[in-house]
Amino acid sequence: MDKFRMIFQFLQSNQESFMNGICGIMALASAQMYSAFDFSCPCLPRYNLAYGLGVLLVPPLILFLLGFVMNNNVSVLAEEWSRPRGRRGKDPAMLRYMFCSMAQRALVAPAVWVSVTLLDGKCVLCAFCTALPVEALGNGSRPGLSDRELRRILARIPCRELYEGQELIAGDVAVRYLRCISQALGWCFVLLVTLLAFLVRSLRPCFAQAAFLRSKYWSHYSDMERRLFD
Amino acid sequence: MERFRMILQYLQSNSESVTNGVYGLLALASVKLYSCFDFSCPCVPRYNEAYGLGVLLVPPAALLLCGLLLTRQPAAALHEWRRPRGRRAKDPAVIRYMCSSVLQRAMIAPVVWIIITLLDGKCFICAFSGSVDPEKFAGFANITPAQAQQLLAKVPCKDDELVRNNMSRKAVSRYLRCWSQALGWSILLILIIAAFLARWLRPCFSPAALLQTRYWSNYIDIEQKIFEETCCEHSRHFAHQCILHFFESMRKEIQLHSFNLHREEKEAEGEESLLRGITDQNQVNKLLQTWYYEKPPLDVSQVTQR
Repeated sequence: MDKFRMIFQFLQSNQESFMNGICGIMALASAQMYSAFDFSCPCLPRYNLAYGLGVLLVPPLILFLLGFVMNNNVSVLAEEWSRPRGRRGKDPAMLRYMFCSMAQRALVAPAVWVSVTLLDGKCVLCAFCTALPVEALGNGSRPGLSDRELRRILARIPCRELYEGQELIAGDVAVRYLRCISQALGWCFVLLVTLLAFLVRSLRPCFAQAAFLRSKYWSHYSDMERRLFD
Repeated sequence: MERFRMILQYLQSNSESVTNGVYGLLALASVKLYSCFDFSCPCVPRYNEAYGLGVLLVPPAALLLCGLLLTRQPAAALHEWRRPRGRRAKDPAVIRYMCSSVLQRAMIAPVVWIIITLLDGKCFICAFSGSVDPEKFAGFANITPAQAQQLLAKVPCKDDELVRNNMSRKAVSRYLRCWSQALGWSILLILIIAAFLARWLRPCFSPAALLQTRYWSNYIDIEQKIFEETCCEHSRHFAHQCILHFFESMRKEIQLHSFNLHREEKEAEGEESLLRGITDQNQVNKLLQTWYYEKPPLDVSQVTQR
């Protein structure tokens, strides 16, 4: 009983570190999911873009929603938002604080997926191989090709064994070029996300710190009250 | 159990070791990130410099910001800097000490990335292969400058058909790698000497002031942590009292509406008192409904009368 009470107290006093732990686990799971995922570009002109962008954007959306589902405080927020006023006022600042802190934690796993995908490069290679600047990178031969034929040949760049346009543009050159762009985008995305998170965290003490402390106290109170009542 | 309690107490009291642990893990993560990252130089004249320098400088910036986000100390230092004066004076020396100690530790992971990158050499070769003087290398000497630029840009890509059989490609690569590693080791040596001097010489200048600033910066950090913990404890007790008052007021209401006077005398005996007067299904349902539709006010200063 004493053991149970101690663990309970630790988890309750350290609700934030518990939620941060879940957040970290989801981020690692997101990276692991990407490495387990067998990316397989269709190498067909219109399908490439859809597949590449789909793999880049749909799993992060799923991970974001999963982040909300796995957070215990979602039901506390929903209840607090939808309850009748009763004899206790409702504080919109507190609701906003709860929503923001949940959204911030839920955004970590999607951001990790997008970063890992961009740094790996396969997605961007698949999605944008038909948009390569052939005049700048190409070998300058086979001029009489129609646009459709050109796109059909370029779409096969991600599939090495099927690619037949070596005279048009070397496969390696194209892969390196698109991968460089993808990795540059990836690092810029990582920098942007960390900068945004840093600004949100550090600008808060400059504006309305007292209001923030109030919202934090009352959101914690709502959470405690619900748990004790249950 | 004793061990668990001891570890818990240690972690809670010694936030500095926890912080150092976090930064150490971040440095290890930086090494792992570099080894997992698939460096792929574009081998196109203008893109090489951008890519090479980007990989050398952008991840350290992101790692620095990550380091400042992961621990509580940067926020505590900023909070102390921006707070209104109130009834406690602000000591600029303490704020400076807090900021500098935070920055020093946050710089470890970025510096580790930069040093590993330089010691590995791929980044440097990619960024500066186009800046090498072609006359120094036989394979690039007797061609037009434009052609030399094209070929030099392809040096980082070993399997490219244009430079695959060029005997000077390896020479350029080794030359640039030598410079890169020399730079890496020099930076490492300078940083270690600077850290050594700072650590050893600091107590020679005003040791008493140093002790004071260290004490007060630690105090500010712990005070903030304990305030947050006390707020959590307080909200828990407040919630408990609020719920007890709610049950009490529901009991009174039920008594007012109930005409069964015998119950009044028999209740408050043993286990029945734990039920707080709510003893049947309808009363429980009414209690739960009231809890949702009419939350009680946040005021436990007196027993709430309905």
